[in-house]
Amino acid sequence: MTLRYVVLFGALFALIVGVGVLMGLPFTLRLLVEAFAFALIAMGLNIQWGFGGLFNFGVLGMLMVGGFAVTFMSYPINEAFWISDGPIMLGQTLIAAAIGAVLIVLAHKAHRVGVTGKLRAAGIVLAWFVAYIIFRSQMDPAASYILSEAGWVGGLGLPVILGWALGGALAAFIAFFVGKISLGLRTDYLAIATIGIAEIVRATIRNTEWLTRGTLTVSPIPWPVPTPQAWQLWGATTSDSFIYARAGYLALVVALVIVALFLIHRAYLSPWGRMMRAIRDNHIAAGSMGKDVKARQLEIFVFGSVLMGIGGAILVSFGSIYDPSSYQPINHTFIVWVMLIVGGAGNNFGALFGGLFIYMVWLLSEPLAQALFATVSNWSVSMGWHAIPDINARSVQMRVFVLGLIITLALRYAPRGLLPEFIRRDQ
Amino acid sequence: MSLVELRDVTAGYGGAPILKGVNIAIEASDIGVIVGPNGAGKSTTLKAIFGLLKVQEGHVTFRGRDITNAEADRLVPMGLSFVPQEHNVFTSMTVHENLEMGGFTRSDDITGTLDEVYGMFPDLAAKRRQKAGELSGGQRQMVAMGRALMSKPSLLMLDEPSAGLSPRYMMEIFEQVARINKTGVGILMVEQNARQALAFATKGFVLASGQNRFTGTGQELLDDPDVAKSFLGG
Amino acid sequence: MNDFIFFFNQVVVNGISLGSVYALGAVGVTLIFGILRFAHFAHGDMMTMGAYIAFVLASLVAGLGLTLPLPTGFVVLPFAMVIATLIALGIDKGFYAPLRARGARPVTLLIASIGVTMMIQGLVRLFGGVQTRSFFETEPKGLIRIELPFEGVTRPISFTEPQLLLVIVTAIAVFALHFFLTRSRLGKAMRAMADNADLAKVSGINTALVIRVTWIIAGSLACLAGTMLALDVSLQPALAFNIVLPIFAAAIVGGLGQSYGAIAGGFLLGFAETLAVFNWAVLLRPFRDSFPDWFEIPANLALVQSEYKLTVAFVILVVVLLVRPTGIFKGASS
Repeated sequence: MTLRYVVLFGALFALIVGVGVLMGLPFTLRLLVEAFAFALIAMGLNIQWGFGGLFNFGVLGMLMVGGFAVTFMSYPINEAFWISDGPIMLGQTLIAAAIGAVLIVLAHKAHRVGVTGKLRAAGIVLAWFVAYIIFRSQMDPAASYILSEAGWVGGLGLPVILGWALGGALAAFIAFFVGKISLGLRTDYLAIATIGIAEIVRATIRNTEWLTRGTLTVSPIPWPVPTPQAWQLWGATTSDSFIYARAGYLALVVALVIVALFLIHRAYLSPWGRMMRAIRDNHIAAGSMGKDVKARQLEIFVFGSVLMGIGGAILVSFGSIYDPSSYQPINHTFIVWVMLIVGGAGNNFGALFGGLFIYMVWLLSEPLAQALFATVSNWSVSMGWHAIPDINARSVQMRVFVLGLIITLALRYAPRGLLPEFIRRDQ
Repeated sequence: MSLVELRDVTAGYGGAPILKGVNIAIEASDIGVIVGPNGAGKSTTLKAIFGLLKVQEGHVTFRGRDITNAEADRLVPMGLSFVPQEHNVFTSMTVHENLEMGGFTRSDDITGTLDEVYGMFPDLAAKRRQKAGELSGGQRQMVAMGRALMSKPSLLMLDEPSAGLSPRYMMEIFEQVARINKTGVGILMVEQNARQALAFATKGFVLASGQNRFTGTGQELLDDPDVAKSFLGG
Repeated sequence: MNDFIFFFNQVVVNGISLGSVYALGAVGVTLIFGILRFAHFAHGDMMTMGAYIAFVLASLVAGLGLTLPLPTGFVVLPFAMVIATLIALGIDKGFYAPLRARGARPVTLLIASIGVTMMIQGLVRLFGGVQTRSFFETEPKGLIRIELPFEGVTRPISFTEPQLLLVIVTAIAVFALHFFLTRSRLGKAMRAMADNADLAKVSGINTALVIRVTWIIAGSLACLAGTMLALDVSLQPALAFNIVLPIFAAAIVGGLGQSYGAIAGGFLLGFAETLAVFNWAVLLRPFRDSFPDWFEIPANLALVQSEYKLTVAFVILVVVLLVRPTGIFKGASS
């Protein structure tokens, strides 16, 4: 077993060195930063699926929330918004939302005063409807006012690391509600419910232009470490500045991944982790032994989402741009599943390996496909036939196919992943 | 040549075997009843014959042909039929459709057999358009048996047909089984109500811990003091 | 009166068209779930793939220079459905059957269907390119206008030829499916297997055959739905991936495993979406004289902004899952 770890991580290292030699250091550093961020996200999914057996198809939503959090926290303050009536109008919206929430809670508690059954249900529906109208009546004017007066809310201008933390916290907050709603559902319903909620999050973030600028995108988002521009000011050459800056970023992310790996690994081996595995493998038996299954599952769902939120924030700060329309289920949800299944669900090192390896496959299959197509195209021309049109656009799609092929092959030939879950026998 | 014969069958669900060398043989004229304590492997024996779990050692033959580990869709046309103990009707389908499903493997006209089954269970004829899930436990058992008869079997296997039924229904089911047997269909059934079942069995098999303990006619087993003491509650 | 015709054209026509597409997709999803017990996520991309097959066939036919009374994409549909069905059977044999043979859990098949989704998406874009195409590049898209013989009515009821064809084929497909499931031996065997797979096996029903029939029906309906959708709007690689979630929502709202529930759920969601984004102010305008002076009809009285149209389905889905997880019609329990 140990040999397998050595071989796989050794091969991964060799692959990284190979990429470094072929593609140059700046590209490799960029790839590694993103790969480690995805490894962190895959570890989050591993907590949920590998340890807890909870199906989450809404990874994308958590990444978007994390990205929004770091954008909001670290982007410079927009003076135009703060001197306008915007904050007051938003305050009114908040009050309206609170009034609506109170209405809904009251309607839910109607059975205390003897209103039950269909009447109570009708009351709840009516309360939701009225709350929605009240909220929209304040929200819509506030939104159009902010859009016309200040463009958007802007950021808070706080340190990036705080933004990452907020990303984790906000993802946890949302995961709590998602979990409350859907954790009781059967696995396939849970999959559809989580993907549905993620789509609601995506549509909301994309369309609340006053808060997120929507499709207009936000940039440049600051870095937690010196940027290439900063290094250039300090006298580094342009090419060196990218290497220094990205290396600094990479060091920060790797440190974060190591800390997370250490903490999760300890939790996994602790009594808490044992209980989680017991719940996953037989939640009925665990429930009958007095474990609060639902509360534990909620815990695990929230913990996993924290890592996803942080990972999403890291990716956005590194790219320095927040573009809500760039989030796609394939690039942000399904790829994480491929990472976990290929790496080995239930094993943190499997998630780490899968995250790094699959991200490299994802990024490298584009230039490889491009080279392949160019060769085929040249051959086709030399045979007197047509060249392949739009090689660039088509080769981008190749990686989607490759990913699909990898996951189906993995499910068939290595269903437990390259680094399967290990259970300590001495317990 | 026996109708069905198990020779030294060892079988299980992948782990440790549940049956450890079971021998059973019945003729077309027989009503064979398997009794024994819980976990003895009674139902497992029927499932092993019907290819629902893996026979690891030994052989199952039907009229001399080896059917060890054959799939159900091959066995039914050969003349074997099985009524499971639970979930033995299609609850969302009508009584009539349940019976039609029993005749799925037949390519000839099934209306004659349908009439025979309705004649055998007049209760069902009245409820042929009703969903099987809406029927009482006893009526469901009749649907299940009727379904199994639709393939015109020469061997009918029943897994605890009287489980959960009132004594009245139990006797009715047993009488029906005896009547079916008279038409030349061999019967092999598992029963908890051992005394009543052995009373009308021509062959009885007492299993314990996955092995044959006693074999004889129904009456012989009822009269055997050892059987009575250990397995029939004194 | 003109405003009501506007309402009819906007809500009823669009609701029925959208609902038909959802219903055709959801029936396939629900049949696969009933027989194979897993959520077949690649269903949306099987629809897209079917539309691309029809597009290729239509281009071939157009290349022959034939002029047909109906849209070419519609005429070639039966052939496209046969090809799509063969591919669906191949996908099952290549990717799902080996997992079933191993006794894999349904969730493993769900993950495998994600892999299939990605492969189809990759291949469609690889060969078909990423641009939006139209079935009506070489022929006009028929528009049907019905003038109403009332005084003062200037606005006609209008819908497109593909929309009319969509409604007709959906009706035919639903009736054909109904007769298949309730009258034919194989259809009943399908229901039996969805009801109780173990008992179906014990009864001697050839379960491998039933699985093949399920893929044939689901694959051909997916091709039908995808092509009709592409005829109604336009053909692009994300054609049906965008609506796979509303389709699942329709199947779940109708009760997974329930064919009629899926059809009802499809139309319910189709109408819910069009009603939610409809600007109700239009219907108030005729009565503007009867309102007091201080009351001004807002310019936009839509329940949700049109950007949120797709989320309507998810909200309904989440509410249904919370209040009645088995769907409006009782769904399969497992």
